[in-house]
Amino acid sequence: MKKDHAQLSADFNANEPRVNWHDETLWWIRQKRDKAANTLPEWEELREAASAVKYHTLSNLSEYLQQFEANAHRNGITVHWAADAAEHNHIVCTILKEQGIKRIVKSKSMLTEECHLNPYLAENGIEVIDTDLGERIVQLADEPPSHIVLPCIHKKKEEIGELFHEHLGTAKGEADPQVLTAAARLHLRETFLTRRGALTGVNFAIAETGEFVVCTNEGNADMGAHLADVHIACMGIEKLIPLRQHLGIYLRLLTRSATGQPQTTYSSHFRSPRPGQQMHIVLVDNGRSTQLGREEFRNSLKCIRCGACMNTCPVYRRSGGHSYHTAIAGPIGAILAPNLDMKQYADLPFASTLCGSCSNVCPVKIDIHDQLYKWRQVLMKDGQGGAMKTASMKVMNFTLSSPGVYRTAGKAGRWFLRNVPFVVNNPLNPWYKQRDMPEAPQQSFGEWYKQNRKQ
Amino acid sequence: MSSREKILAAVKKNQPALEVMATYTQPEREEDLLQQYSTVLQAIGGTAVIVNTMAEVTHYLKEMWMGKGRIVSTVPGLQDLAEIAGETDPHQFENVELAIVPAHFGVAENGAVWVTEELLQQRVLPFITQNLAVILPKENLVATMHHAYDRIGNASYGFGTFIAGPSKTADIEQSLVLGAHGSKSMTVFLL
Amino acid sequence: MRVGLFIPCYVDQFYPNAGIATLQLLEKLGVEVVYPANQTCCGQPMANSGYEHLTEGCNRLFVDQFGDFDYIVSPSGSCVLHVKDHLHLHDREAEATVVRSKVWEITAFLTDVLKVEKLPGRFPHKVGLHQSCHGQRGLKLASMSELVAPKFSKPLQLLNMVEGLELIPLKREDECCGFGGTFCVTEEAVSVKMGKDRVEDHLEHGAEYITGTDMSCLMHMEGILRRKNSNVKVMHIAEILNAGS
Repeated sequence: MKKDHAQLSADFNANEPRVNWHDETLWWIRQKRDKAANTLPEWEELREAASAVKYHTLSNLSEYLQQFEANAHRNGITVHWAADAAEHNHIVCTILKEQGIKRIVKSKSMLTEECHLNPYLAENGIEVIDTDLGERIVQLADEPPSHIVLPCIHKKKEEIGELFHEHLGTAKGEADPQVLTAAARLHLRETFLTRRGALTGVNFAIAETGEFVVCTNEGNADMGAHLADVHIACMGIEKLIPLRQHLGIYLRLLTRSATGQPQTTYSSHFRSPRPGQQMHIVLVDNGRSTQLGREEFRNSLKCIRCGACMNTCPVYRRSGGHSYHTAIAGPIGAILAPNLDMKQYADLPFASTLCGSCSNVCPVKIDIHDQLYKWRQVLMKDGQGGAMKTASMKVMNFTLSSPGVYRTAGKAGRWFLRNVPFVVNNPLNPWYKQRDMPEAPQQSFGEWYKQNRKQ
Repeated sequence: MSSREKILAAVKKNQPALEVMATYTQPEREEDLLQQYSTVLQAIGGTAVIVNTMAEVTHYLKEMWMGKGRIVSTVPGLQDLAEIAGETDPHQFENVELAIVPAHFGVAENGAVWVTEELLQQRVLPFITQNLAVILPKENLVATMHHAYDRIGNASYGFGTFIAGPSKTADIEQSLVLGAHGSKSMTVFLL
Repeated sequence: MRVGLFIPCYVDQFYPNAGIATLQLLEKLGVEVVYPANQTCCGQPMANSGYEHLTEGCNRLFVDQFGDFDYIVSPSGSCVLHVKDHLHLHDREAEATVVRSKVWEITAFLTDVLKVEKLPGRFPHKVGLHQSCHGQRGLKLASMSELVAPKFSKPLQLLNMVEGLELIPLKREDECCGFGGTFCVTEEAVSVKMGKDRVEDHLEHGAEYITGTDMSCLMHMEGILRRKNSNVKVMHIAEILNAGS
């Protein structure tokens, strides 16, 4: 049986100094986000507007999709529709094969991670090189990204140095980020110049104009797209916004939330292919229309993939992205994944203390922690408690071995604590593993009240 | 039924009742846009140079870049410094050391400039060049991204981009490195 | 004004002093307080585990016990939040709605309903305030570090009225302690790590006491403190507000 979040994060916690390092690194980004947000007194109004515009878009999505399609078509872009991951992969592969393209560059696209595009193309004889530095690093390490904005945030520079030494020929022991980045720049320049196909994700697609916007700090999406004969942009259907002017709201929020920068270095607006180039857009559903129909969870489709909820999440910071065993980790991943597969991801909504910090940092005001709570209800009603058997057992154990839920159990509980400590203070009790139980008082509050106040 | 019809039907069935489109109005603030733009650009790793004439720009660039490699320009009047970037295969720009381009306007809150392809000749130019210089009239500064899109309006372009500083990455242990894949430096001349 | 005192099950069993302090404090302020003897549990442990649909019994009992009071006051932000957000009774929804609207966490009740401006107490110690998430972010007992909004804190406002109390600063003002209800056992590793980090922040800044509005968070941190043989103590905020007078 595959390990669940609790087991994977227990593994992650075996190395406490590394957990501290991971936590501090992400907390630092959270602090940069706070600083950036506080430069705008209108921050909360912007979040409100961003949320409302997205909700409006979702409420009229079928119209906006058709409007976008018609405008993109008019601009010379070929629009494709993919119902699921398999169809998405097939479409991309077919476009490339028709053009005789065997090697492509890809800039960051969480959608293609969700669809497992890279292995599919590899099976079909097409080589994909990820060009975002962090994605290239995890690709060389043969690992999935652990964070949607910072794909290799779980890796230490020494480990990256070792990878680069092996794959890119940098000096043994070289771990200076400056030197390593320069090596990747050289290696990937050569790649950009020799690839006829480029794949990018999409941050925003504008119904009104048929254009789409791709944001990067590195410039890798542009380097790929502007040098390639064929540009394929893959997007989930929820990436639409109605008007170009709405970009003002989202671009102001996106990067401040993500990294604390005022904006990404490049915010590129692709409206039509350059002369002689082919441009394709693949609109992907893959469960999104189902999520749209779940009243309690449809707001999750507002997500603009900034990653702020991960950086602030005290659990994510101390469990690492891979513990979520899905393409999108963290709180947002935990409310998106069960929509794709309730059984496989039944553990994720429980990987939270429901502290609510995620909902507070979310630039589009998704009620993430409330949705985590609601997913728990849906999953247990759906019988996924089976998948959570271990957890339930632990819960029962806790209930029996901690302050009684009811008076009689409570009395027994205190009696045991006072007289037979090993019953509760038993190493099999997960509470007791690293924590002591409270000392049992002589009297419960109820008993004290009975003695000291007139009934 | 095609996937298109299937998706559209599912979306139509599942989308919530139509909600009116929200509006947002940015509060206007008194700001020294030139000062703010320069400060923000420096903070994101770029260089702001305030000049009065094109001659000053030429002088500055000659001092900095003459003899260091290939210089191309899409700005007229820099013949003794740079070659004019013509319509060519974008790959031919791979050895450009410095590209000089004009911008439509700059955004004070984030240090970005807005450029479209008719200002660039080739879309790849500001990305593939090792270093980027931008000429921007001082009066063409706007306060925020809302003002920026008001200014763009319904302009028709094939490609346009906001460029805010040199290309950068912090993917390795959050250490900021300038010069990821795009230009390693960005100098904006505020004319 | 008649107040029904709602003492969460684990406070009743393990931390009666927090309940006693809450009662005495309210009485001292001239409030008529009654503790309905048949109360048990708000149902949160089940609901947070995904079994809200099994909490009907708890909800019915709660409405029976507390329906008649003007206010329901409790020394637990988390339990109050659960009642406020999730207490429903399909056949008595009107009553449930009234109950939801009149349940109060003790510090908010003191600052917002009683509008307390001074307290007689004295507590000459260095104290760290742990902002329990459900009280802070759920009941909005204090401003939150994520939001661009004016700063305030109801618990702090009250602690500042206590003579001799020295509040220590924290590196992370509102980080979760990792208790999280059943999370503390289902996700033992992360829960403990969060607790250790939260405790460390208080210790580094010289706290003698860690206080807060939720005994459950404090129980979790106490477990960690005791395991490391620390002599730093946890104490519910009501005990501090009621101290030395």
